[in-house]
Amino acid sequence: MTTSIATKEELKARIEAGIPGASAEVHGDDGHHFEAVVVSPAFAGLSRIAQHRLVYDVFEGELGGRIHALALQTKAE
Amino acid sequence: MSDETQNPLRDAIDDAIASNPVILFMKGTPEQPMCGFSARTAGALQALEAPFAAVDVLPDPRIREELSALSNWPTIPQLFVNGELVGGCDIVTEMYESGELAQLLGVEQPDEAPQPASAEAQPAPLSIENRLG
Repeated sequence: MTTSIATKEELKARIEAGIPGASAEVHGDDGHHFEAVVVSPAFAGLSRIAQHRLVYDVFEGELGGRIHALALQTKAE
Repeated sequence: MSDETQNPLRDAIDDAIASNPVILFMKGTPEQPMCGFSARTAGALQALEAPFAAVDVLPDPRIREELSALSNWPTIPQLFVNGELVGGCDIVTEMYESGELAQLLGVEQPDEAPQPASAEAQPAPLSIENRLG
């Protein structure tokens, strides 16, 4: 699993499973670089840093490696 | 690391963050960035004409390992202002475009940058001591 190429579908599913109430829109087709817009009520009241950390935590150890880059935009609403 | 309490590299990174009001850890240098995300982040600081220190993490992979361990942030670049992690490329770019970065750094937003989306213009959450002169 961790050796396979990452897909936007996988990232979307993992973000939505990992963060309560999250809906994610993920782009990126090269297997390494992705962009995600994540909306979750769990972000309410958190700083941007804390919001992004919640998403990064879903992919612990994989960012910078298997997933080279994940450009993020997070929103609470 | 094992039980080793002495970690000179971690101490050096700590010192660098503590002694530079604005410091960017990046791949390459502001003049010659080696990654698009590092380039964009350094570019935002340069566009604001904000003085900043820059550390190239590429010469030794341990710099990146130690930095991420102490900041709890997985990716490069990382911008610190007054000892606090501000964020990476996404957050810095967003803050540049909204005018928050200029506010945080105590500099003027240049005319060519988009105007802040007024409604959220609140005081920066950090207490800023402008030591940049």
